[in-house]
Amino acid sequence: METDNILSRREALIKLLRVAGASAGAAGVGLWLSEHSWRPETALAMTVKHGHTVAPDPKLPEMAIIQGDDPAQLARQAIEELGGMRRFISRGDVVLVKPNIGWDRTPEQAANTNPDVVAEIVRQCLNAGAKRVIVTDVSCNDARRCFQRSGIAEAAQRAGADVILPDPARFKEVDLQGEVLHAWPVFDPFLNVDKVINVPIAKHHGLTGTTLGMKNWYGMLGGQRNQLHQRIHESLVDLADFVRPTLTIIDCYRILLRNGPTGGNLEDVLLKKTLVAGTDPVALDAYVAKAYWNMEVDALPYLKMAAKRGLGTYQFENVRTRIKKLA
Amino acid sequence: MSQIIFFLLFLFLLLRTEFRGSLAASGSDIRLPYPVGLFFQLDPLVALSNALASHALYRGLLWSLAILIPTMFLGRFFCGWICPLGSIHHFFSSFKSERKRGKQLIESNRYKRWQTTKYYLLIVALLAAVMGTGVVGWLDPFSLLVRSLGLSIIPATNYGLRAGLSVLEHSRFAPVQTLGGVLHFILGALLLSFKQPYFRQGVWLGVIFIFLVALNFRITRFWCRALCPLGALLGIVSRWSVLGLVKHPEHCNDCNRCLLRCQGGDDPIGGVPWHQAECHLCLNCVDECPEHGLQFKFFPAQKAIGANLQRRKVLTGLAAGAALVPLVRATPGFAAERHERLLRPPGALDEEHFLSRCIRCGECMKVCPNNALHPTLTEAGIEGLWTPVLVPRLGYCETSCVLCSQVCPTGAIWEITPKEKGWSVDVAGAAKPIRLGTAFYDRGRCLPWAMATDCIVCEEWCPTSPKAVYLRPAEVIDAAGNVKQVKQPYLDPARCVGCGACEHACPVQDRPAVYVTSVGESRSRTNQILLNRRKG
Repeated sequence: METDNILSRREALIKLLRVAGASAGAAGVGLWLSEHSWRPETALAMTVKHGHTVAPDPKLPEMAIIQGDDPAQLARQAIEELGGMRRFISRGDVVLVKPNIGWDRTPEQAANTNPDVVAEIVRQCLNAGAKRVIVTDVSCNDARRCFQRSGIAEAAQRAGADVILPDPARFKEVDLQGEVLHAWPVFDPFLNVDKVINVPIAKHHGLTGTTLGMKNWYGMLGGQRNQLHQRIHESLVDLADFVRPTLTIIDCYRILLRNGPTGGNLEDVLLKKTLVAGTDPVALDAYVAKAYWNMEVDALPYLKMAAKRGLGTYQFENVRTRIKKLA
Repeated sequence: MSQIIFFLLFLFLLLRTEFRGSLAASGSDIRLPYPVGLFFQLDPLVALSNALASHALYRGLLWSLAILIPTMFLGRFFCGWICPLGSIHHFFSSFKSERKRGKQLIESNRYKRWQTTKYYLLIVALLAAVMGTGVVGWLDPFSLLVRSLGLSIIPATNYGLRAGLSVLEHSRFAPVQTLGGVLHFILGALLLSFKQPYFRQGVWLGVIFIFLVALNFRITRFWCRALCPLGALLGIVSRWSVLGLVKHPEHCNDCNRCLLRCQGGDDPIGGVPWHQAECHLCLNCVDECPEHGLQFKFFPAQKAIGANLQRRKVLTGLAAGAALVPLVRATPGFAAERHERLLRPPGALDEEHFLSRCIRCGECMKVCPNNALHPTLTEAGIEGLWTPVLVPRLGYCETSCVLCSQVCPTGAIWEITPKEKGWSVDVAGAAKPIRLGTAFYDRGRCLPWAMATDCIVCEEWCPTSPKAVYLRPAEVIDAAGNVKQVKQPYLDPARCVGCGACEHACPVQDRPAVYVTSVGESRSRTNQILLNRRKG
């Protein structure tokens, strides 16, 4: 009877060894973990800043202002005047075309870039030998609605572009190295492309008077970008300096004169049938502000700040310009 | 088999109760491509409650006759062959558990008195519908299923899958990354939402659902036997059914096998009468009987028992149903003290009609592309539990969007067009724009008012044209004593539609400096501020 209750030496040893092994393991893991305790910190932002500009050509105009009835033809002609797409796109380039797809509006309401203009630019890039053309924007309203109702997704996809909706999982923390903008989440398609073409639409804006080319770069950011208005002029220059686009084409086919940037009411829309394209983003913004809103350079402080940062000149009168009216 | 097909169809339609966007279309008005409300339209309980409350049948509910009339002839075939919630319960009932083994299983599948509970619940709910409240939707199986899956289980699944995929996609090993990418693509096409949905009350809706499903481990299809008011309704109308079980007592050797897989608890066994109103027509008993002593026949000669109600309990149910509405409405809230944040979806009827029709199913919340609609807890009173409320901080109401009104099965949110919504024109001059409420400024928190800082994001986002938010330049003095020019926002109530875009976009994250309250909502005559809200 008694012997039944007593473990054999062998069993007792095994039992002890098992307990010793478990406690040694627990102690080991504990020690190892205790050495790895530090206060959680957000991952450091990446630094990926690089310009997308091409070398200037003194024989070619820096700005082209084209008027006509067909938006696609305007885009074609504007690029032609600036020396053709082959000047900007090399064979095998990955190109990002950035229209304004910010709002759940139709093309007639002129809150987003004209889809025909976007599609034509995509076609031109592909014809010039681009490997891949991405069309994307980080919308304000629900992106699915904006991409669909603006007509841009359909038109760009039909022209052969890769239309990418802003997926919340695809933002990367990037150091914008600006004066007021430092670490911000940037939508990752903007980060690793060879060329960038900015295709904003000219609209009214309550804070600055107008929203033109440089304001379009808001659309590459995620995060709390509603804070940018607090230092809007510095923010605009920081973003433009970060991107340094290859080409800017401001869509003035329909412009939103009042109640921008959302609009909605067709009475706010003015048919101008014009495209302003060029390599100097500062001169373009200065010209369009003057031409359609009669705003002087001093009314838009970011223009002078941008010029000081070497992004271009606000004296658009001194820029080599080609003006053309299509029959 | 038919259960699987109908369940998959239901799941498909539920997953498609989401605007997914199309890169290949640029239609100006957005509608959902599938008839996502199909199951609700087939639901006779929703139709009956809708008819009792509104003295009419809303769009498409006539289809419920396609279930109701065959049930009169055949019995509760719907419960055993079509109902997706029933199929879930069936599936989970089939697991063996401690409490359902051998003799215990047989005993648990005998008819029990408590199975009549569902009839009394039905009586309470229908009388409440007569009195003007759609609380039947708390228990209607489709409401329950859409609400639980759509607002809790699917979002949770989405969260879990995305978390898992993210681990794979950020792996250090290239093949694992590729696998993650491929899985993401497949799941994205089948299952994943475009963006992670979040719903208030999500956890409770999920816990209730999981609890109801877990009950099946104790008692087979407890929900269907004891609680489901639709099952009760179909049970009652099946009393005239011409299809019935015929027992051949001479074949029966009391082996009890017919009880092994009985779904409804309707006593197919010999020696006792068959409970026709409980039977789901699963036909398992016919299958199991080794002596072939059970048969389903048209015009059976044997007598069966129907719903088996007790007069006293029926009267109690009627009294409870009649008392319910006066009791909840004698507290302030419904008429006397509206919750300021009770913003209803665009197209919602006035509160009285809204509460009588809304079945708390959550379709509107599931479909809203901005994740703006959420189930209430207390905002609409006890009676309004789980009715939709717009929470602008989480999502505002999109100008051109009317999807919630498209999917509402009962007309609580009456179907409207974007044009009827009327937000893309000059609101102040428009005949009758739909207004959800009115925006107000908290100047103590607003940057240009309180902190001498530029902002006006609210004005930027304001979707009406001319904008309801207007700006005035002002000279302010900052902390250092410098004079600064800023633009300060004001609100024009004639133009405000209460969409909540300003509140959503306000950079003051925790408690926005501009917020929308329900006063001025166009559906109410009494919840107004101004004598004349229009221009001039």
